[in-house]
Amino acid sequence: MAHATDTKSTETTRRDFLMLATGAVGVVGLGAVVVPLVSQLAPDAQTVAAGAPIDLDLTPIAEGQAIKLFWRGKLIFVRHRTKKEIDEARAVDVATLKDPQTDAQRVKAGHDQFLVVYGNCTHLGCVPLGNAPGDPKGDFDGWFCPCHGSHYDSSGRIRKGPAPLNLPVPPYAFNADTKIRIG
Amino acid sequence: MSGHSSYVPKTGIERWLDARLPIIRLAHDSAVSYPVPRNLNYFWTFGGILMFMLVAQIVTGIILAMHYTPNSALAFISVEHIMRDVNYGWLLRYLHANGASMFFVAVYVHIFRGLYYGSYKAPREVLWILGVVIFLLMMATAFMGYVLPWGQMSFWGATVITNLFSALPVVGETIVTFLWGGFSVDNPTLNRFFSLHYLLPFMIFGVVILHVWALHHVGQNNPTGVEVKNVEKDTVPFTPYATIKDLFGMVVFMIVFSYFVFYQPNFMGHADNYIPANPAVTPSHIVPEWYFLPFYAILRAIPDKLGGVLAMGAAIVVLAFLPWIDSSKVKSMSYRPIARQFFWAFVAVCIGLGYLGAMPAEGGYVTASQIFTVLYFGFFVALFVIGLFERPKALPNSIADSVLGSLKGGSGARIATTAVAEPNAKG
Repeated sequence: MAHATDTKSTETTRRDFLMLATGAVGVVGLGAVVVPLVSQLAPDAQTVAAGAPIDLDLTPIAEGQAIKLFWRGKLIFVRHRTKKEIDEARAVDVATLKDPQTDAQRVKAGHDQFLVVYGNCTHLGCVPLGNAPGDPKGDFDGWFCPCHGSHYDSSGRIRKGPAPLNLPVPPYAFNADTKIRIG
Repeated sequence: MSGHSSYVPKTGIERWLDARLPIIRLAHDSAVSYPVPRNLNYFWTFGGILMFMLVAQIVTGIILAMHYTPNSALAFISVEHIMRDVNYGWLLRYLHANGASMFFVAVYVHIFRGLYYGSYKAPREVLWILGVVIFLLMMATAFMGYVLPWGQMSFWGATVITNLFSALPVVGETIVTFLWGGFSVDNPTLNRFFSLHYLLPFMIFGVVILHVWALHHVGQNNPTGVEVKNVEKDTVPFTPYATIKDLFGMVVFMIVFSYFVFYQPNFMGHADNYIPANPAVTPSHIVPEWYFLPFYAILRAIPDKLGGVLAMGAAIVVLAFLPWIDSSKVKSMSYRPIARQFFWAFVAVCIGLGYLGAMPAEGGYVTASQIFTVLYFGFFVALFVIGLFERPKALPNSIADSVLGSLKGGSGARIATTAVAEPNAKG
């Protein structure tokens, strides 16, 4: 410090003080600027507001059928499962699963036939096939993702392929016997 | 290596400017009198071709941005508007879209040139690493550009690639939400991608300046890998020798470019991208643009999500470490009989991975991708091992020897011509 006048001096000078004080203010200022610069990347108020809960009547969905809908811009599958599909999902030894979860944990008690899951593969986000009649349903009677070959079972659990997790269950509740509110 | 400046201002105005901002001197020293090895072949024209492609992409891109609307409801229509309504809009868009592909053709030739002739070795490590940085920026730019037309491939490509970040433990999901600006790829994503797609080419331009600066500081490599020993004998001045050769290479390259633009404008695209983005349906066969296919194959070869993402990243990042992986002191593969065979095997592996990346992820294709992924990384291990025992062929004493030596007993006229050219060749 202060070598223009005296290179040998180790004394604390006013310039050292200014250097530290300015530096400290600069660091705080930089932090204060970074917050808005990064924060603006997060979902904005409009996007968040569009995530208000939605109501869905399940009666038009026939047994064996599945529908797609959007909530907060994310795709959701609602599937009316057959007796066979439910039994298959319940027969599995949970300990053998990649992401262990029982079928009962993934549906609402008393409404075992309705499975509500997010419709994007947990690998890289493609939409698995298996909703429409004639779609490939994979090796486990659920969904098959054509992008990278993940197989989900009739409970939406990952059974085979690169996806690491089960299709997540969105927050929802039954507000009548055949009516749900998502969100 | 450029030594003393040979620029002599001729007019009063030039002298006046030279004393204040020696910009003409800079241009003269780096593009006129700059000495280039006299034995450069046509693979060395791709640096100039790449510079041309970057400028062409920036010019066509800026014009397209004047007619394009970065909004998820209007983007697809605005691209069709460019194609149908804007005067020469079809040409500008096809130039820009095919230009991206041609840019990658040129950069891959440029990279493999560097690999073959050992252009990454001392003293060119920083030059090489800057090249890897440019390559990464190019990939980011190309990816975001492909999202802008908001077709099915745009949308699902964006979904798959941004989801790569969700593989990162703990912070992955947050990063993806911040990339999207929502809970899925949507209008905020398109907006920020447009902004970044406009920004990144200028960042590439900045790194290109550093790349060229580093190049002009250490001097060009050449097909023998022998450094310039005598500037008078081993080099020729950049202008006219390299200038005209680069220009000729560019024109030939533009013929190929024009063929695609005018006769096969959609050859390198995907028909699915002429379907507007639909977040409820993924195209049955989703593939990235051809220049990403080898890396895509590596991603899919690993059965674990995080593992696949890391392997794909490593496949690119490993290039930056090449100067320290290759244990041989000999630069050019022309003098490395064993490494040269591995080089060509590596080229075949990269093309093979490209093919596998375009195939569906099932059965034998997955197994083959896994084998080729091992071979891809195996090349880098091999480069380390081979250098330890390989006996290289005898190197020429100098660049001049390698050129003029081969002419002995041949055409005396050609030697005479080079001798006449000599007086111009000052450093």
